[in-house]
Amino acid sequence: MTQPSLETHDLTVRFGGHVAVDHVTCAFRPGELTAIVGPNGAGKTTYFNLISGQIPASEGSVLLSGEDITRLSIPARTERGLGRAFQLTNLFPKLTVLENVRLVVQSRMRRGFNIWTMALSHRDLIEAAEAVLERVRLSHLAHQTVAYLPHGDQRKLEVATLIAMEPKVFMFDEPTAGMSVDEAPVILDLIAEIKRNTDATVLLVEHKMDVIRSLADRIMVLHNGALVADGAPAEVMASAVVQEAYMGKELADV
Amino acid sequence: MVRLFLSGDGPQSKILGAVLLLILFTLAFAPFLFPGTRSLETAARICIFIVLVASYDLLLGYAGIVSFAHTMFFGMGAYGVALATRQMGTGYDALILGTLAGTALAAVFALIIALFSLRVRAIFFAMITLAIASAVAVLVSQLSAITGGEDGLNIRIPRELTPAFRPLDAPFWGVNISGRHLNYYLVFFSCLIMFLIMLRVVNSPFGRVLQAIRENAFRAEAIGYRVVYYRAVATVLSAAMAALAGAVFAIWLRYVGPATTLGVEIMLDILLIVVIGGMGTMYGAVVGTVVFVLAQNYLKDWMGGASESTAFLPLVPDLLNPDRWLMWLGILFILSVYFFPSGIVGRLRGKA
Repeated sequence: MTQPSLETHDLTVRFGGHVAVDHVTCAFRPGELTAIVGPNGAGKTTYFNLISGQIPASEGSVLLSGEDITRLSIPARTERGLGRAFQLTNLFPKLTVLENVRLVVQSRMRRGFNIWTMALSHRDLIEAAEAVLERVRLSHLAHQTVAYLPHGDQRKLEVATLIAMEPKVFMFDEPTAGMSVDEAPVILDLIAEIKRNTDATVLLVEHKMDVIRSLADRIMVLHNGALVADGAPAEVMASAVVQEAYMGKELADV
Repeated sequence: MVRLFLSGDGPQSKILGAVLLLILFTLAFAPFLFPGTRSLETAARICIFIVLVASYDLLLGYAGIVSFAHTMFFGMGAYGVALATRQMGTGYDALILGTLAGTALAAVFALIIALFSLRVRAIFFAMITLAIASAVAVLVSQLSAITGGEDGLNIRIPRELTPAFRPLDAPFWGVNISGRHLNYYLVFFSCLIMFLIMLRVVNSPFGRVLQAIRENAFRAEAIGYRVVYYRAVATVLSAAMAALAGAVFAIWLRYVGPATTLGVEIMLDILLIVVIGGMGTMYGAVVGTVVFVLAQNYLKDWMGGASESTAFLPLVPDLLNPDRWLMWLGILFILSVYFFPSGIVGRLRGKA
C-alpha cells in the first residue's frame, strides 16, 4: 500500500477538563476523499486545527508524508504541503481577488523575501494566479476588492487560493456553509475536479449528506471528540453508532 | 523610465501627481526660488522628515506595526555622525563612517527588539519600544561626557559644506552659492534616493507580503509566510532608513541634541504626519510632511498677519493671535483626521 500522506496518532487536545479531540488515530491516503462528519461540537474543526497547527496538541502526533509535524509552525506545515480552507471566510479583504491568489503563488514559489524587484515584474506569478482564477471562473472579478464580493464568490476565492497552493493535502471546513442552493454546486464541482485531476488527499468537513454521498470515498464520524466510525460511506451511514451520534439514542432505538 | 524610478507605483491621481511634481520641483530649486536662510532650513527639514516619516510609514502603514522607538533610530544615525567626527576629526571619512556605524547600530537594535517582542501582541510591542526609547533618551542626556548631555554636540563638517565656503565668484541665478547650498543638495539627493528605495521596497514581493500581514496576519501564516521574520525585516529596514535620515539631519544642522532627534514631540509629529498624509501610501509622507512643516514654521506668521488685518473686528484678532497657533494646528489635525480618515493621499486617490 502507498504511504499515507497524512496520519494522526492518538491526537488529543484538552481544554481544561474538557477533551475536545480524544485519541484520534487515522491515516489518509493520496487520491482519497474523506468526509468528516459529526454533530455540532463533535470536534471536527478542532481536529482540523490540530492538523494545520492553529491549536497545539496536548498529546499524540500528526505526520505528513511520514514526517512528524506536530511541533512545526503553521507556515512550516503549509510549506510541506498542507493546505487549509477555513469555515469562516478568511481572506485579505482590502486586497484584490487577483492579489489574494498571487500572494499564495508567491508563497509557494518562495519569493516573499524578494525585496529589490517589483512585484509587478514577476509575470509568472501573476499568470499562475490568473490561471487559477480562470479555473474557478472568477477571472471577471480579478481586480475587484474582496470585501465587496458576495459571500458565494468569497467562498469560491477561498477554494481558489487553496488550489493555487497546490498542496498534498486539501482540508475543507464546510466549504458550502452559508451558500445558496445555486452556488454550492460550483464549489462541489471544484472539489470533485481536484479529486479527479490530482492524487491529493482531501479532507472535507460537511453536513449535507447528499454532498457526502456524491463525493466521499470514506466517512469518519466524530462524536464528543472521539472517532466512533470510519469506513465506506454506505457502511458508515447504515451503522447504529452513526444513527445514535446524529439523532440521539432514544430516536435511534425507535 | 519614470515608472522604473517609482517602482510601478504611480500617484494614481492627476491632482496628486501634480502636487508631487510641484513639491519635487520646489525642493529641487528651493535655494533659487526662496533665497534666504530660513526657507532653506525649512526645505532641508522637509526633505529629511519626508524620509523619516516614509520609513515610519513602511512600519506602520505597510507592516501594521506600531513603534514608539523611531526617533531613537533617528537619533542613533545623528549621534553616530557626531561621535565619529569627534573621534576622528573633521573629514568625509568621519561622516561616512559615522553614518554607517549609526545605521548598523540602529539595525542591530531593531533586530533585537523585533525578535524579542514581535511575537507578543501589538500593544506590548508598542509599550516595549516606548520603554526602550525612553531609556535610551535618558541615557543620552545623562552620559554627558560622551553625548554632551542635554546640550548636545556640535559637529564640525568639511569646509565645503559650510556657509564659509564660496565656490563661485559671481552669483549664480542671482544667488551667492555657498557651501550651505552644496550641503542642501547633499540633503536633497540623499533623501530623494532613500525615498525611491523605500518606494521600491514597498512595491516588491516583500512589500506585498507586509501588506498581506497588515490585512490579516492569521491568513498570511496559513498561506505559508513566517510573519515574525517579515515583521523583523521590516523593522530593521525602517530603523536603518531612520538612522540614515538622522545622519543627514546631523550633517545639515551641524549639531545633535536630545531635543532635535530623540524627543517625544518628534515621535508625535511623525505619527501625526503619517496619519494626515495617508498611511500605507509612501506619498502620504511627502504631502503630509510638507503641510505639517509649513504649518509648524509659518502658521505663526500667517496668523500674525491675519490678526493685524482683522484688528477692527471684535474677538477675531484675539483668536488669530500668533500665540494661539498651537490651538489652530490642533484644530487642523482634528478636521483632517475627521474628513480624510485615509489621509490626504487616500482622499486624492478617491478611497476616502
